Amino acid sequence: MGVTRVMGIETEYGISVPGHPNVNSMLASSQVVNAYASQLPGAAAKTRWDYDEETPLRDARGFDLSRADADPSQLTDDDFGMANSVLTNGARFYVDHAHPEYSSPEVLTPLDAVIYDRAGELVMAKAAELARLTPGAPQIRLYKNNTDNKGASYGTHENYLMNRSTPFADITTGLLPFFVTRQVIVGSGRVGRGQDGRTDGFQLSSRADFFEVEVGLETTLKRPIINTRDEPHADPQFHRRLHVIVGDANLSDLATYLKMGTTSLVLELIEAGVTLDDLSLADPVEQIHQVSHDPDLTQKLELADGRKMTALEVQRSYAERVASFIESREGDQSDEQTRDVIAQWLRVIDQLEADPMALATELDWVAKLQLLNGYRRRDGLSWTDPRLQLVDLQYSDLTEGKGLARKLERRGSLQRLTTDEQIQRAVTDPPPDTRAWFRGECLRRYPESIAAASWDSVVFDVQGQPSLQRVPTLDPLRGTRDHVSALLNDCPTAKDLLIALRTVQ
Amino acid sequence: MASEQQRKGSSRSEDEAPEPEAADGTAVAARKEQLDTDVDDILDEIDGVLEENAAEFVSSFVQKGGE
Repeated sequence: MGVTRVMGIETEYGISVPGHPNVNSMLASSQVVNAYASQLPGAAAKTRWDYDEETPLRDARGFDLSRADADPSQLTDDDFGMANSVLTNGARFYVDHAHPEYSSPEVLTPLDAVIYDRAGELVMAKAAELARLTPGAPQIRLYKNNTDNKGASYGTHENYLMNRSTPFADITTGLLPFFVTRQVIVGSGRVGRGQDGRTDGFQLSSRADFFEVEVGLETTLKRPIINTRDEPHADPQFHRRLHVIVGDANLSDLATYLKMGTTSLVLELIEAGVTLDDLSLADPVEQIHQVSHDPDLTQKLELADGRKMTALEVQRSYAERVASFIESREGDQSDEQTRDVIAQWLRVIDQLEADPMALATELDWVAKLQLLNGYRRRDGLSWTDPRLQLVDLQYSDLTEGKGLARKLERRGSLQRLTTDEQIQRAVTDPPPDTRAWFRGECLRRYPESIAAASWDSVVFDVQGQPSLQRVPTLDPLRGTRDHVSALLNDCPTAKDLLIALRTVQ
Repeated sequence: MASEQQRKGSSRSEDEAPEPEAADGTAVAARKEQLDTDVDDILDEIDGVLEENAAEFVSSFVQKGGE
């Protein structure tokens, strides 16, 4: 296990047309997704999502296990008019409310999570570019951020597959102090405090101020630090999907890598029953704001038992427990990426304690703060100056040549863990080690024959067949390249594949 | 950047070997100066791509909530 776990990142991107604050963002989002989808081969352009009926208290991306069988004609619905496409890399690219969203394919490691998350940036950037080329189209810009600094927030959600047998109360207890404090490492930084950003100053996280309760089902109002949405997209007897809504959109490779890696490791502690309740905080909601508003990282947080610790001390406590747990169970047999995540986690905590600014070339909030402090010093700007807010906003701009984070990367001022080649490949090729491989390869090989897809299904529409054929993919670890590449290689058409699958069964 | 600063600090203490406090103070000042220069180089580059009319640009970035 270690860091290895089925995981993924879904990101809603900010969308705007400069100079036109009243642009219809649902329409603009559709234009972005459709511009990209329409240049995909074959029927991929109109691949539908295999939907359940929507209910306000459930994820709009729910799946109906029997819908295709029960009434295939319903699949010709227009997905409520919302643009949707499923990509050959296994990702979903669609409109969610008033934002274009990229949901990465299921991956197994934090580094692959970084690569497929960044592939999403390329998809978005290309889509916006194509949308701008349409004659008469608005000059749409996309941002990988989480707030407009005027009171609205939109999400970057992580997903982790967990054992169903782990009691949810253990997850809540084990994760609350971790989520309150991890922003000292993985926060993206924000100019302005409060949901509307009207209070002057800098804070670590772009999202922290939007969290108002400890635990809950909702994601759009009364946002909870621990989200209880229970929709495993896998066999519910054995799995749950932990849906994490408390994170920021990251541009830094190391930030995304540590966000996914450390969270996966803490989940393993929780699943193993390691005691974490001694780290419970006195007031997690108040304290998630407090930590975000303390870029010096010096404030003490009161624990439920009356002790006081800094956010970094809480993180160190988690990191050390993870290190000793992995050491005791695996000795020196643990995999390379697990060892690397633990080593980097401890290194970053050390550096943040000694001098946070030393991480300006590695972590988002520090990189952003260094720019902001540079402008404040050089040009004498106060925190209310719109130029500082512009630096904050433009840090995440996806437009070629405009995005400050990517500009820092290109001049070597923000370090990378990935290469352009890896990311470019991930735009088209699915990860080999999850069911995303089957989904993506089916779309690549049989684009004309796919009517719909979802995390746990691929629905075929084969000429000459009276009804749609739904192939369930309920196990995230089946349908990998090792598992089905020989089968797909033997099947030049979707019809051949369906016959072969029937024979296997 | 980090390695350059370290080199600066260590060569200074070898060459001059002054009072430890003074060496620290000088090294810190030198590091800060170097860092400011590095950041100024970055800002110079960024100045060229920052949107004009920051106030208008920022105020027109209005989003609907999501998730």
